[in-house]
Amino acid sequence: MTKLEAVIQTSRLDAVKDALHEIGIEGMTVIEVRGHGRQKGHTEFYRGREYTVDLLPKLKIEMVIGDSLVERAVQAIATAARTGRIGDGKIFLSRIDDAIRIRNDERGEAAL
Amino acid sequence: MRKALMVASLFLIIPASLAAAQSSAPAGDDRIARVEQQASEAKSSADNAWMLVSSALVLMMTGPGLALFYGGLVRKKNVLATMIQSFAMMALVTVLWALIEYSLAFAAGTSFIGGLEHVFLRDVGGHPDADYAATIPQSTFMIYQLMFAIITPALITGAFAERMKFSAMALFTTLWSLLVYAPMAHMVWGKGGLLNASLAGRFPTLDFAGGTVVHITSGVSALVCALYLGRRIGYPQEAMPPHSVVLSFIGACLLWVGWFGFNAGSALGASSLATSAFIATHFAAATAAIGWGGAEWVRNGKPSALGAISGAVAGLVAITPAAGFVGPMAALVIGLIAGVGCYWMVAKVKARFGYDDSLDAFGVHGAGGTMGALLTGIFASSLVNPIFKDAHGNVLASGVLEGNRHQIVNQLMGVLIAWLLAIVGTLIILKLVDLLVGLRVSDEHEVQGLDLTQHGEEGYYWEASVSQF
Repeated sequence: MTKLEAVIQTSRLDAVKDALHEIGIEGMTVIEVRGHGRQKGHTEFYRGREYTVDLLPKLKIEMVIGDSLVERAVQAIATAARTGRIGDGKIFLSRIDDAIRIRNDERGEAAL
Repeated sequence: MRKALMVASLFLIIPASLAAAQSSAPAGDDRIARVEQQASEAKSSADNAWMLVSSALVLMMTGPGLALFYGGLVRKKNVLATMIQSFAMMALVTVLWALIEYSLAFAAGTSFIGGLEHVFLRDVGGHPDADYAATIPQSTFMIYQLMFAIITPALITGAFAERMKFSAMALFTTLWSLLVYAPMAHMVWGKGGLLNASLAGRFPTLDFAGGTVVHITSGVSALVCALYLGRRIGYPQEAMPPHSVVLSFIGACLLWVGWFGFNAGSALGASSLATSAFIATHFAAATAAIGWGGAEWVRNGKPSALGAISGAVAGLVAITPAAGFVGPMAALVIGLIAGVGCYWMVAKVKARFGYDDSLDAFGVHGAGGTMGALLTGIFASSLVNPIFKDAHGNVLASGVLEGNRHQIVNQLMGVLIAWLLAIVGTLIILKLVDLLVGLRVSDEHEVQGLDLTQHGEEGYYWEASVSQF
């Protein structure tokens, strides 16, 4: 099992969700986050005071999937989330030891 | 025979018609008196209707207008604490007004403060007080003036937002209402007041709707509060952007509409002067919004929503003393000057001196009110409002542009006295309140936010993570 974490532009969520559904992935967790990578922030003015906003709103999609789906999922997300501009985000992959479905104690990939 | 009959009938007719003439004279007078009374009752009804609507409009400026305007400008953790400070004035000052403040402001007294004739609203009923407004019940005048007494201390709360104890705020505004607002209102508008322009004051200061009484007193007191209390923790290194310009936007638009009651209502009747003040008010708000927004556009490359609404409020402040004395073109000019001028105060002067007037109560009301009071002396026109007359009733020049150069001195006197009273009064009251209950919340509470620490609640409760006991 692999955990896939993708930080994406907020505007690309629907496209990414559709692309993942198409390859058969149904479960995911979406979290509103703030952050920045190489992307610079922007400035805002309130009554003459200048504010630099360097933490920008992003969405983070988290899901744990079977190993056979990983490459297709990565491709689906990368294609759907890409705008070609700086700030499109990143995808991180990591190994997962086990999973448990709380409702009935199913373990491993069966619990996904 | 025929001749004799005619003569006889003449003798008969003449006395009869004479008698008729004699009896119809009182009947005609009666009718005229009745018509006059009906006309004056109709005028009273019309004036009273407008003044009650105006009273409601001015209350709307405090809640929700100012509460939203200020509430949006603070950080999320202080939104309720800030809004309740405006709302508290609606309750607190109302009681003060009924018990004693109205009398201190408007009963006959000395040049500086009213007497005790109207304590507990004694003799304030359906009869007009002709010195103030001859066509509306004095009770209407009383409730209308109350709405001004409510918003004035509420304006100050913008300066000490996000760091003052609620108890200190309540005590401060109570004392301030009695020791600063009531004397200033009496001096400018009260019978025998030192600065009263329509009731033969020593220095007749033109202040139609409260440039000195409301905006200079509150704005300058706000500056004193900001300096006395010191900066908020983290200011100015830490970013403290408004948590919701949307709330402020709605609040500012409500202020704009409510201001028609404030300024046009200050004609104290449904007269053409009210229309004139209404137009001046609206025009000044428009050019001030353009002025502030335009200044930002030039300096920052973008006009902001917050800038436009702040500008509109600054223009409304500046036109307040002038509304019933200037024509529409002068109003456009006054608004533009106030919009650009207050932007400069808030963006440059505040940064230069480093005081933390959290929501710019001084930059907008103190500065805008002072500009407005002085510009009133320049632009006042006797064609709009023939307020000064000689002993024979001939209309005299009003403002500097009409040739009454001395008026700028009177305006300066009004401004000076308002500044002095606000500085001295506020300092004494702050010292006293600091000794009695302490002004600032603890550092820990300030960081946590006043909503939670002063009121035990939160403005935005999006997560159901509370357990019930």
